Amino acid sequence: MLAVSNLEKTYSTGDEALKGVDLAVEGSETVAMIGPSGAGKSTFIRCVNRLTEPTAGSVELDGTELTTLDDDALRAARRDIGMIFQEYNLVERLTVMENVLTGQLGYVSTWQAFRRNFPPETVDRAADILDRVGLGGMADKRVDELSGGQRQRVGIARAVIQEPKILLVDEPTSSLDPETSETVMELLTDIAAERGVPVLINIHEVDLALDHADRIVGLHDGELVFEGTPDELDEAGLDTVYRGADPDRLTDRATNGSQPAEGDRVVVNTTDAASGGV
Amino acid sequence: MAAGETRWERPSVFPRREVKWFTYLAVVGFFLWSAWDLGAAPGRILEGVGNAAALATDFFPPEATPRQRTRIIEKMLESVAIAMISTLTGILVSVPIAFMAAENISPRPLYTLNRGLIAISRAFNAIIVAIIAVKAVGFGPLAGIITITFKTVGFFSKLLAEDIEDIDMGSVEAVRAAGGSPIQTLLYGVVPQIIPRFAGLSVYRWDINIRTSTIIGIVGAGGIGSVLLTAFNRYDYGYVSAILLAIIAVVLVAEGVSAVVRRRYQ
Repeated sequence: MLAVSNLEKTYSTGDEALKGVDLAVEGSETVAMIGPSGAGKSTFIRCVNRLTEPTAGSVELDGTELTTLDDDALRAARRDIGMIFQEYNLVERLTVMENVLTGQLGYVSTWQAFRRNFPPETVDRAADILDRVGLGGMADKRVDELSGGQRQRVGIARAVIQEPKILLVDEPTSSLDPETSETVMELLTDIAAERGVPVLINIHEVDLALDHADRIVGLHDGELVFEGTPDELDEAGLDTVYRGADPDRLTDRATNGSQPAEGDRVVVNTTDAASGGV
Repeated sequence: MAAGETRWERPSVFPRREVKWFTYLAVVGFFLWSAWDLGAAPGRILEGVGNAAALATDFFPPEATPRQRTRIIEKMLESVAIAMISTLTGILVSVPIAFMAAENISPRPLYTLNRGLIAISRAFNAIIVAIIAVKAVGFGPLAGIITITFKTVGFFSKLLAEDIEDIDMGSVEAVRAAGGSPIQTLLYGVVPQIIPRFAGLSVYRWDINIRTSTIIGIVGAGGIGSVLLTAFNRYDYGYVSAILLAIIAVVLVAEGVSAVVRRRYQ
């Protein structure tokens, strides 16, 4: 289980990308994080495996605090965190198989890695996963020969072979056409479900989020402003996420005398929104 | 809108027209002054052409006694050997420097230090380095190897470092995110992206090194250059032109090989 609390990130430019975000991802659920560009979605995901160093807050994965790990321990922890990227981030001049095996680098010595000498079980597993993602027989193709959809399948295979405790997925469909996006999302969520891996996915296409996620969280300007099931995300909820907090709701809070505290969030309530919709 | 209401001029780097004319005038003035000061007067140039023509007739026909011919071959082979060895040693030294001199993967102090090394190597012409090397280790091919190795580092590390700076960091990040160690990240994330360029640069530098190795003998750093100097000093112009032809032939072959190999790789 991934438990993030009070996560803050202030870039050296002074941009406050995250202003104290709390989030838990448990079991084998798929959580979709939606929000406008610049809301801090990517920063959030990257702070989990510390590709970006968080400024403050805590990130716990299955009881291990990640933010304080030293370099070696962090590398060991990263072996258990699969990541899938918007631009696939494959090594184009390597073969499909080499890209998938990259997900196992943390388990072999540098010399073995250099000789491409991975344990036979690992290679078997890679071949099985390639079959599963529909790239059976393409192991020796170079990645720069593949289409976008095929590349993202390699990206999925690379993350899955890690047998991760969680999959972090950063805008997996932004570089794909709508139809391919749909199949890639389907594959991604299916394969995660088969393996019981929880998924945290950044996505700006709300429809895809609604179709494939168990839970939706909305980030606006570095703060979590919505949390609920896909059914609970209505017009008012979308407004909150994409245009900032609903003025009515702010007034409500002001009259209640509670200033928005750090990590505070508005949990949209369907009935409330239905009666007080704009 | 009536015609002629919008005034448009192509944006210029000069803030004012006067500044533009002044700049152009200054550049032309500087050229004229340089020519005047260096004594590059038309009369002297014409005279020089006449002398050169007279000298050129002395160059024909190229001729070398059998002993001179063996000497050319012997020393030419030495030049080529110097170029081969120092291309290899130069690249061996260059690769770690290139990685450390790439801004995107190297810590700041290391980057600055290695960029400095590269700048030093690039600052001096091969002949100057050769003079110093000859002073250090004495006459002969060893001085040549040191010279060309040193010059290779400045060229090879700089261009390779720039290629490393241009790679797609996303792939590197992905390898890192999967738990790869720093060296594994280099092996899987960086190296595959720079291999073609590495091969091209190696061959290109080999070809440059062959050209350099034919000249550094003039200051005693081994190779065909020393023979050329002796021949000039003896006013033995037939021999000089035989040596020059040999140099041209070798350089052309090296350039040809280099061009073909590089085309194959890119």
